[in-house]
Parts: sequence; C-alpha cells; structure tokens
Amino acid sequence: MNPIIELKDVTVSYRESIALNSISFKVSSGEFVIIAGPNGSGKTTLLTAINGLGRILKGSADIFGLRLNSRSATRIRKDIGYVPQVLNIDPRMPISVEEAVAIGRCARKGFFQKMSFEDKDIIDKAMAQSGIANLSKRPIGHLSGGEQRKVAIARALAQEPRILLLDEPISNLDLNAQSQIFELIEKIHQKMHLTTLLVIHHLDLIPASCRRIVMLKEARIIFDGRKDEALDEKILSELYACRIEVFKNGFGITVRAKG
Amino acid sequence: MLGLLQYQFIQNALLASILGGVSCAIIGVFVVTMQIPFLGVTMSHSAFAGAILGLVLGIDPLVSALLFCILASFLIGPVADQADFNPDTALGLIFSLMLGLAFLFLAMIPGPKTEALSLIWGSILTVTRIQALWMAVIGGSLIILLLLFFKEIKAVIFNREIARSVGIPERLVYYGILFAAGAVIAANLNTIGGLLIFSLVINPAAAAYRLTYSLKNMFILSSLFGVFSCLLGLVFSYLFNLPAGAVIIIASSLIFFFCLIFSPKKQIKGSGTFVNLLSGLKT
Repeated sequence: MNPIIELKDVTVSYRESIALNSISFKVSSGEFVIIAGPNGSGKTTLLTAINGLGRILKGSADIFGLRLNSRSATRIRKDIGYVPQVLNIDPRMPISVEEAVAIGRCARKGFFQKMSFEDKDIIDKAMAQSGIANLSKRPIGHLSGGEQRKVAIARALAQEPRILLLDEPISNLDLNAQSQIFELIEKIHQKMHLTTLLVIHHLDLIPASCRRIVMLKEARIIFDGRKDEALDEKILSELYACRIEVFKNGFGITVRAKG
Repeated sequence: MLGLLQYQFIQNALLASILGGVSCAIIGVFVVTMQIPFLGVTMSHSAFAGAILGLVLGIDPLVSALLFCILASFLIGPVADQADFNPDTALGLIFSLMLGLAFLFLAMIPGPKTEALSLIWGSILTVTRIQALWMAVIGGSLIILLLLFFKEIKAVIFNREIARSVGIPERLVYYGILFAAGAVIAANLNTIGGLLIFSLVINPAAAAYRLTYSLKNMFILSSLFGVFSCLLGLVFSYLFNLPAGAVIIIASSLIFFFCLIFSPKKQIKGSGTFVNLLSGLKT
C-alpha cells in the first residue's frame, strides 16, 4: 500500500536552528503513531513538516501522494486535522465554542460559500463526539484547559480529515482531563481509522490501538519501531539522557526517570 | 435644526460622520480582537505622511494618503512574517519610518504650513462631496468584503495559525485586513485628523468588546458607538464652535468608560452583582 505520508531526507529549520535533520519517515493509511522525545527534539516540527506550516529546507514531503510545496500546501491542509499545543485564548474573545469548531469547516467551503445544513450537522456531530455539545454556546475563552483541547479536537474532526496530528494534547491538564482526552483520541481512532500522529511525553499513557513509536533526539529519528520494543529501559535512557525505569504490571506500564 | 440639512456642507458632514463612524469602528474590531492596537497609529501616520507629500507635489492629498497606507499595509504584514517579529515591532518600524517621512515632507512645504497642519486635527464640517464619496466607496467596500468573507475573517481573528492549519489562505485575509485599515484611515483623515483617528478606531470597538461575546454583535455595537460619537462631535462642533475631532474622541472615550463600568463581562454568574470598575480597584 502506498504511504499516506512520506518524508524523504527532510531538513527543516526553526529560526536559526535546524529542527529536523535529514529525516526519512513513512506512515501508512490508518496507522496510529506516537512521536516521543525530549523537549526541543523536533516533535512539533515533524508535525508542521507534514501539514506545511514548517518550511522544508531540503528533501521532500509527499502527503496523500501529492508533493508538499507552497502551491499544494493549502489544498493538503484541508485534509489534515491539526491540534496544536496550548493556545493562549483571550478569555473575552467574542467567539463561541460552536464558531471555534466551525473554523474547521471553513476551508472545506471555500470563499463566498455559506455553511449548509449538512455542514452544521457535521459540526454538531464533531462536538457531540468530543463531548462538548453542551458547551456549544459558551464563549471559547471561558472553557477550562481540558475543554479547550476537546474543542481543538472537535475542530479537527469538523474538517473530516484523513490525517490527525495531535501535538501534546494533554500538557498542563489534570489527571482526569488527561484520561478523558486519551479516551477520546482512542475512540476516534477505533471508530474512524484516521491516520493519527500523536506527540506525547507520557509514555505510560500510550493508547492501546497505537502499535508504533517514533523517537526523536536532537532533530533526528533514533528509533522507529513497535511499541513493546520502544518501551525498553536502555532505549528510553538513551533517548532522555538519564536513567529510565520501566515497570510493567497488570494495570499497564509505568515509566519513571531516576535521578 | 432640521433646516440645517438643506446645506450641502451639513449633508457632507453627516455622511462623513456615519461613514467614518461605521468604517473606523469596523477596523477597530479587527484591531482590538487581534490585539494590534498600534495599527491605527501607524496607518494614521502613514496617511498623514502621504497627504503631506500630496500637498508638496500638488496632487490630491487623499490619493497620496491612500497610496501611502497601501504601501504601509503591504510592508507591515510581510515584514512581521518574514522577520518573525511580533506585529507590534513591525508596526513600530513602519510607524517611525512614516513619521520621519512626514517631518521631511513637512519641511519641504514652502511658506506657512496651515493646510498640512489641518490634517492633524481634521474638520468634519469642511468635508467636500468628493471626500464623502471616497468615504462611501471605501466604507461600502469594507462592509461588502466583511459580509462576503465573514467566516474566513472570524477564523483569522480567532487564531492565525489555526486558520492556516485548516487550509484558509490566512495571509491573504490578514494582509487584506491591514490593507482595509489603511484605506479606511486614509479616507477619514480629513474628518477627525491624523492624530485623533486612532481613538475613533479603538474606543468604539473596545467599548463593544466589553459588552458582547458575539463577533457579529461586536461589529454592530462598535459601528453604532462610532456613528454616535461622530454625530455628537458634529453637533457640538456646529453648536459651540468646538473642534469636532476632540469632541468625537471625548464622546467615544466616555462610551468606553461607561461600558467598562457596566460591562456584563464582569458580572459574577448567579450573584446578580457587578464586579464593576470600583470594586475591581478595591480588590
């Protein structure tokens, strides 16, 4: 099967530094891939290299079989749902949750086209699926961090994407909100079989439907393989440059750094 | 009082009040929600520099002001995006450049500089039919574009990165907003002047921002406040021979403070009480 994402020898710069260095990477349709690595290793940049928000200096990216460039980027992004890291939303922003989710539908419609009943139905379904239907009329700035992440996921779903890119969707969230977001991501993947790339730091929370982990360190991929192989003390200790302990028990896996 | 409406200068002034109030207030909504308050100052100084150059070269100051604003709007967005600056830094750069040019052109005007200095204060009662027509064309185009591209504009106001990530040509929309701001400010330079127009952009929109969580309502409320401020300025200017620009700004500032004190956005849910400005100061 042809890969839905194929990066060949891609180098991306972020400001003056190289954020991704000669990365080659393929993802098949429907795959669920975890992207892990220390801060500054290039995880976010990898996602932005796929949706064209990052500028590729060298190499090539083919998404849906289309070569990613300045002309094709807008077209490609319409089929990619992107949930970025924390957004600083003004609490007084005059935009409701429903309107924030509808942004995902905007580009599908194009200029001059109004939202149809079908679009509104898709937006309602995306909100219901993300568990925020009851918040639809609330100002977006009034939501908690966890609720705002769900809005971001609902916006991505309203796009009816083929690829879902999630950048640390549980950072700064409490334990309950973390678990809700992961359950939601898992549910979406099981139901819709979207190609999903999830950037996380919490390796002990990896959703069950994920089979593959890609590890980045200093702008390069140092591991790309099966989840059970990746959760190894030696590999993780090398990745984070400190001693990592992995405990496996009946409830799952616990990953802990030992000082 | 109604008999005054037969005079063309009053008709022009009324038109200018309504058109200027609406169009500046709409631009204000962009400025306030996108948190780029320096845009108004930069554009008004660009218009001012352009208008003075028009006087030096003997061409219509409105046309040269418009050209300078277009130039500024084409510089601000790309400079901020290419140099990876905060937009306010790019605005500061363009502002200082335009201020320098304005002083340079001012020095090039031979003899008294009365006409040039009048651009600083503006005068709503001396607006000509042609100037009112320009304001109508630019204000009308702004409203049509706002209605046509409302969903894209809303996405860009929400967050530029999100808008780009879903496949909206966000730069086109954002640069279009900057361009519209330039065109509106240039067209309104004569009414309340280059120094004060910034307030007519900010105050009505900031007041509306205190009252609603709906972007559509914010555009409507801001426009109403803008028109009301301008009409008040016009009436006071005519009756008491006061500078219209100053009255417009004082009126719009008072509206803002009124909205700030009685803003429902400070009401505690369920308590039925206002955490108003005074109690805010106490805590």
